[in-house]
Amino acid sequence: MRGTGHRLAAAGGAALIATSVLAGCGSGDGGITINVYKYPQESFQKIVDNCNATADGYQIVYHKLPREADGQREQMVRRLAAEDTDMDVLALDVTWTAELAKAGWIKEFTGQAKSEVEDGTLETPLDTARYEGKLYGAPDNTNVQLLWYRGDLVPTPPKTWDEMIEMGSQLKAQGKPGLVEATGKQYEGLVVLYNTLVNSAGGQILDENGTKAVVDDGAVKALEVLKKFATSDVVDPSFSNFAEDQARLAMEGGNAAFMLNWPYVYAAAQKVPDFAKNLKWAPYPSIDAGDEAEVTVGGINYAVSAFTQHSEESFDAVMCLRNAENQKFAAINDGVPPTIESVYDDPEMAEPYPMRDAILETLKSASARPRTPAYQNVSTVISTILSPPASIDPQATADRLRTELQDALDSKGVLP
Amino acid sequence: MSHAVSPAGADAAVAEEPKLSPKAKAALSEGKKAERRLGLLLCAPAILIMAAVAGWPIIYSVWLSLQRYDLKFPDRTEFVGLDNYITVLSNGYWWNAMWVTVVITVVSVAIELVLGMVLALIMHRTLVGRGIVRTSTLIPYGIVTVVAAFSWRYAWTPGTGYLAETLAGGDPVLTEKVPAIMVVTLAEIWKTTPFMALLLMAGLALVPDDLLKAAAMDGATAWQRFIKVMVPVMKPAILVALLFRTLDAFRIFDNLFVLTAGSQGTSSVSMLTYNNLIKGLNLGIGSTMSVLIFIAVAIIAFVFVKLFGTAAPGSDGGGRR
Repeated sequence: MRGTGHRLAAAGGAALIATSVLAGCGSGDGGITINVYKYPQESFQKIVDNCNATADGYQIVYHKLPREADGQREQMVRRLAAEDTDMDVLALDVTWTAELAKAGWIKEFTGQAKSEVEDGTLETPLDTARYEGKLYGAPDNTNVQLLWYRGDLVPTPPKTWDEMIEMGSQLKAQGKPGLVEATGKQYEGLVVLYNTLVNSAGGQILDENGTKAVVDDGAVKALEVLKKFATSDVVDPSFSNFAEDQARLAMEGGNAAFMLNWPYVYAAAQKVPDFAKNLKWAPYPSIDAGDEAEVTVGGINYAVSAFTQHSEESFDAVMCLRNAENQKFAAINDGVPPTIESVYDDPEMAEPYPMRDAILETLKSASARPRTPAYQNVSTVISTILSPPASIDPQATADRLRTELQDALDSKGVLP
Repeated sequence: MSHAVSPAGADAAVAEEPKLSPKAKAALSEGKKAERRLGLLLCAPAILIMAAVAGWPIIYSVWLSLQRYDLKFPDRTEFVGLDNYITVLSNGYWWNAMWVTVVITVVSVAIELVLGMVLALIMHRTLVGRGIVRTSTLIPYGIVTVVAAFSWRYAWTPGTGYLAETLAGGDPVLTEKVPAIMVVTLAEIWKTTPFMALLLMAGLALVPDDLLKAAAMDGATAWQRFIKVMVPVMKPAILVALLFRTLDAFRIFDNLFVLTAGSQGTSSVSMLTYNNLIKGLNLGIGSTMSVLIFIAVAIIAFVFVKLFGTAAPGSDGGGRR
């Protein structure tokens, strides 16, 4: 099994290199080329082909960025800093908007383009593309975490963190799998978890303008919840080393009753039918009973580089790449939740997306991550200081967060 | 190889030295002056290019290090004097990185010196299959560092790696600080010991066979011959090897980048600089770190050259003392 997988991966890699080399040769034929830089998305080439079939006077070429978010950002940022005119359309993580907009590296959406993007797009993802009241991106896909649980062990899903920890303990006491899987590794996943907790507790990490580190009572409360979870008996022993995929595999492995993770786990679980039939979902647990959790929103927005030489065509290409038809295609084939509300009602979405109502519901109360050009630094500081979550000392950790985050915002901080 | 011609050891070299100095004072004739001017003219283009590609970036990064210069906040660029230096030098992450770098440097260079010496002796003494022995010893040094680092990373990853399963009992060693630093040091030693061995082997060629035979006749044991005869004669070569490796190890980046990317407090100073400069886009702080690394490297070189009397390879052994 494993051997075949590796060989396939190697063949895939070789094919990838071959196509990108060929694409590189093809772009010199005189017509206008719109270079799109996006993470490796399996069915994206199909979407590009669709758009090229109807494109007027230009051809879109898909350039794959590295798989990891850090690698994607580094490559784009380095070329943008050098005012590279060969990049036209950029697929940006929702957290990069402020940084690139402030640096003057991406174009504002105005007039026709702006109203076209705003029309029918869900408010939460749309808001991630805004900075200082201006629109800098067109939401392509969005994402929110849900609570995943084993239907055969848990008859009614927990509403709060306390309930979830309680239920897990009881299951363990009965000798059943009762662990709770979440992303506690020192990376963005831990920031996503903490941001959800802070917003659910009604707290703030930074102020509205993103210029002052607040780390208020809500943020301290969130630290207490995280600490309580990380030192409880239902936490996975490898929690502080787990990213999304390790958490998913651990749950599929059968030790856990609960998992906080993105919707892609549903599609992935279908490869393990025995597990998939018991996999159920519910809204993310809140901190206080009767409250709603405010789950961190993820996703990708398209932006147009400030240094493009084909501005009009680039905006045109963005509109096509993210239209309802293509969003539906990506949702069904790649499992990424759409940002245009009407796509959720499409009957074809029912089978691959049974959890779509839960996603829509969660999206309406979702929260964004701190909005500042220094987000990369803010995120690194948070994940470093919170690692490992079991050693959090709420008040002291909050004080340290406040000082180091303020330094990061003032360009005085040293990134670890 | 001027070394091979002069028969004596270190003491003789010192005795010869005074004879070389007086000639410098002699007045230059017209012809000599013209020749010198032509020489300078011919050198000028090369010097200008060196100044442009090496000098200017250094000056520019010093200039950047005196400013608040953050690409994320382009409209808040200003001159801040030595503020960046205060920020960096009073920061815990910087000193942690410095500490990690020093530990990796000292441990890896020390072990490399011992292993390198053993390898050099083996390569020097081998009579049969000399080519094969030398080539196979040099293989690790010939592999691209990043490629080698990836194979180390997979080897230490539980699930896919043989080393993680056999030596670490399936623990993810690269996710904890101390074990990760040990793995990085090991990878560094494996990678550069051959380089050390190569430099030391060149030193071994300096040791005259007659001297060793004479010592053996006087009843010196193998260990005594090594410590009292070979090492003193080889001293210049050893110091050069140590200098090169120390400077190299101090700037460690590629192994670390692949193995841990600096997580869990395993950043070296170069890694930290990269993170602040390229990831954080903070040109001010990043340049400050570059300048500090430059100063540290200069101090290391100064200590080796002035205090230990390391001479550049090719110049007379023990020339400056």
